[in-house]
Amino acid sequence: MPGTDPLSLDGISLLLVWTAIATYSLAFIAFTIDLAQRASRADTAHLQEHLPALVAVGTNAPHSGVADFANTAAAKPAVIDALRVPPRLRPRLLWARIGTALTVLGFLFHAAGTVSRGIAAERVPWANMYEFALTGTLLIVAVFLLVLRLYDLRFLGAFLLGMVVLLLGGAAVAFYVEVVPLMDPLKSIWLVIHVFVASLATALFAIACGISVTQLLQARRETRDLATSDDADIPRSGLLRALPSSDALESLSYRFAIVGFMFWTFTLIAGAIWANDSWGRYWGFDTKEVWTFVIWVLYAGYIHARATRGWRGKRSAWLSIIGFMTVLFNFTIVNIFFKGLHSYSGLS
Amino acid sequence: MSPPRSDTDSAVDPLRPPDHADTDRADIVAPSLGLVGWMRWAWRQLTSMRTALVLLLFLAIAAVPGSLFPQRSADPNGVIQWERNNPDVFPLADAVGLFDVYSSPWFSAIYLLLFASLIGCVIPRAKHHYTALRAQPPRTPARLARLPAYQETTLPVVGGNTDAMGLAVDLAERQMRRAGYRVHRYEGAGWASVSAERGYVRETGNLVFHVALVGVLTSVAVGTGFAYTGQRVVVEGTTFVNALSDYSSFNPGRFVDGTVLAPYSLTLDDFQVSYRLPGAPGAGQAGDFSADVTVRTPGDDDRAESVLVNYPITVDGDRVYLLGNGYAPTLSIRNSDGELVYSESQPFLPQDSAMTSLGIIKIPDGLPEQVGLVGFFYPTQGVLPSGAFTSIYPDVANPVLTLNVFSGDLGIDDGIPRSVYTLDVGGLTQLTGADSGLDSLELTPGGTADLPNGWGTITWEDDTEQVGEPVKRFASLQIQRDPSGVWVLVFSILALLGLFAGLFVPRRRLWVKARLMPDGVHVEYAGLARGEDPALSRAVSDFASRHSTAYTDLPNAAPRP
Ligand code: HEM
Repeated sequence: MPGTDPLSLDGISLLLVWTAIATYSLAFIAFTIDLAQRASRADTAHLQEHLPALVAVGTNAPHSGVADFANTAAAKPAVIDALRVPPRLRPRLLWARIGTALTVLGFLFHAAGTVSRGIAAERVPWANMYEFALTGTLLIVAVFLLVLRLYDLRFLGAFLLGMVVLLLGGAAVAFYVEVVPLMDPLKSIWLVIHVFVASLATALFAIACGISVTQLLQARRETRDLATSDDADIPRSGLLRALPSSDALESLSYRFAIVGFMFWTFTLIAGAIWANDSWGRYWGFDTKEVWTFVIWVLYAGYIHARATRGWRGKRSAWLSIIGFMTVLFNFTIVNIFFKGLHSYSGLS
Repeated sequence: MSPPRSDTDSAVDPLRPPDHADTDRADIVAPSLGLVGWMRWAWRQLTSMRTALVLLLFLAIAAVPGSLFPQRSADPNGVIQWERNNPDVFPLADAVGLFDVYSSPWFSAIYLLLFASLIGCVIPRAKHHYTALRAQPPRTPARLARLPAYQETTLPVVGGNTDAMGLAVDLAERQMRRAGYRVHRYEGAGWASVSAERGYVRETGNLVFHVALVGVLTSVAVGTGFAYTGQRVVVEGTTFVNALSDYSSFNPGRFVDGTVLAPYSLTLDDFQVSYRLPGAPGAGQAGDFSADVTVRTPGDDDRAESVLVNYPITVDGDRVYLLGNGYAPTLSIRNSDGELVYSESQPFLPQDSAMTSLGIIKIPDGLPEQVGLVGFFYPTQGVLPSGAFTSIYPDVANPVLTLNVFSGDLGIDDGIPRSVYTLDVGGLTQLTGADSGLDSLELTPGGTADLPNGWGTITWEDDTEQVGEPVKRFASLQIQRDPSGVWVLVFSILALLGLFAGLFVPRRRLWVKARLMPDGVHVEYAGLARGEDPALSRAVSDFASRHSTAYTDLPNAAPRP
């Protein structure tokens, strides 16, 4: 914490951020214990007992001579809805609940830290690397908590919180800078819109990526199970067994990715409008523009992959993962090491 | 009335490329028929989902080198630097286009193929969609129970109602119509049904999105031909006239010759900037740049405007941007007879964030030999441990100017244009500084120094009276006109709207089929979605409950007490 007066608003903000990081770390531990416990359960009764009630609306007969309209995904909604469990009907997993509660607590610290940083700086708190990380991770947690109200995605808690701790902790250690006034090029309404929407898209891509990773693991298990299905009487345990099928996970991941893609498209357009005001051209293949474009094309590829026979499934999941890795690369490596017009990291 | 589409005739959805994941039939079949067959096969390959996907991934990968290597279009100096650092590899790297990635043949090939594929894909889909938009919802499938979302119920037949079945179907038809579905009735022996479809705008959106991408590309391709960008450095108190000869650099598009620029002029009255004071966080950071100009256009009164970062001004359709700024000390040079041979405010280009600035002065005539001066300007002079000067603060607090004098052939007379900001000292004799034996000339505002060899004097004219500080500032302006911008914006917004509709509007078919049974009216509800539709089951069950509730509330159907 280089030379910040601990009693200044900025100092308090930093303290809150560190408290949030500590709380998130505990949440991460809780979610990990939850995963370990779920993995050692002998069966999946807790999920099964709720399923029939939830899928009652759909009878899942294979679809027939309606090929020009139907799709295989359409036959699945009931399966995906297995995750769409209202909080009160969810299995009462102690450690998952502790993890969620700690996440909420950490989020409150985190939000307070971010808001006070904004007040200290007298502007939106997303104008340099440290602040991008602050707001970006806040949005990841916010979106995760919001989504948790709809879908039981607590199994993603360990992945997401682990990532948030790394990003936020890393930013607080390596990227922290004192509040300085904005540089002229950043004094624009587009800073508020463009950067915020980009962070929102990042949050959605992060969740999509987490689900895609789970999907790949699940697909591997499904293949293995199929191969060994002769020994059906061997008792089976495992975390993955308690999670939805890889198909259902894929559809879910897709839903997050397309919302993220929408926001990313907007980010691209807003960025071009801003560039046109700031640099006198709307597009110039500046490094940051290149990477924003690459990410956009990768996700367009992902959307196509999901609609292409032979690509749906494993390969499209990989594209979702690669897409998000590129987002992270764009945020870290490109910001710090690549030369370009977007030198607003605040680091020197 | 147009005929209903049948769902059972074709297994392949003609709206989509044959290898779409949701179509039933397998791959594009191998060609069998001579040349035409091969060409058709090639075309189908090109317009397949797989090709589009692979080209998209290629496009993403091909764009990357442009961020690893400096690009001539964005960073020409970076290219020169790269060449200097890697003289051996440079010719090869340049030959394969690593410094012009986005206009290289391989990059162009990828996106042109992609767009060919896109057009080939979109046209048949658009045709088909046009027909679909006018067709009736399809015949009700025989076995609704096999559809992905399905529900059934038995409603009471009451009183003397003879047509409970018709009543239920009428009601469903009305409700669906109100919910925005297009409906059609189908009847058979002992059953009546209504078939409904909604969300055509999903496919419309998808098509609009893809077509809008073509629009963006076309606008860029055509529009930039009519665009131009020019740069000009303007010193406080001087005027820039919008004519080709007055630009320091000018990049016209293919269809612009620069002879018919809008006639206007800009005078830089004042350039303002503020710096963070020493001691504060971000000390020395510059901000609130403002180039205050007077704009003169023929037939109009003079206008005072300010060009700010992020806020260009518009003059006669040209956009004027503030790109940079710096100092322009006014220097006068007199020969040994005291005649003035040079007097100008020469812009010195900033070299670091504390505005240590480098300037070149060339005096071809009036002195015994041609003379070139390489000057450093320090707005707030400080001394490095090595003894060299540097600026330690960007504002004018302790301004000092040092100059090295060179003599010889400046190479001005050979007709090759040379930048006013560089001096090739290769063939020149250094008279002051370095190992010339004489110290560099050093000036403070208002001061005068002798040129070597008794050739005359150089004076730094103090400009405080005119601009309030000893040295004038300059603004570097960019003047730009790009008619493609507005089209690109329009198509981008169309693409965004299309994307929204294409991804999030559900396209659904819904059927309600009623049959009179001994114990009441047996009603089946079924739904089918095209594409991703997480809410299909809910839509069907919601409709079912809305329909059965409304049915029991009907005056004719309600059980009479
Ligand atoms: C510049 C290149 C392209 C980009 C950026 C792109 C992007 C997209 C995006 C974002 C979507 C989802 C949006 C929506 O459904 O409205 C989509 C869907 C689609 N695109 Fe493209 N596309 C491109 C080229 C192509 C080409 C060449 C084809 C033809 C082979 C194609 C066929 C399709 C189809 C059939 C869908 C619907 C997918 C589904 O049913 O889920 N696209 N494309």
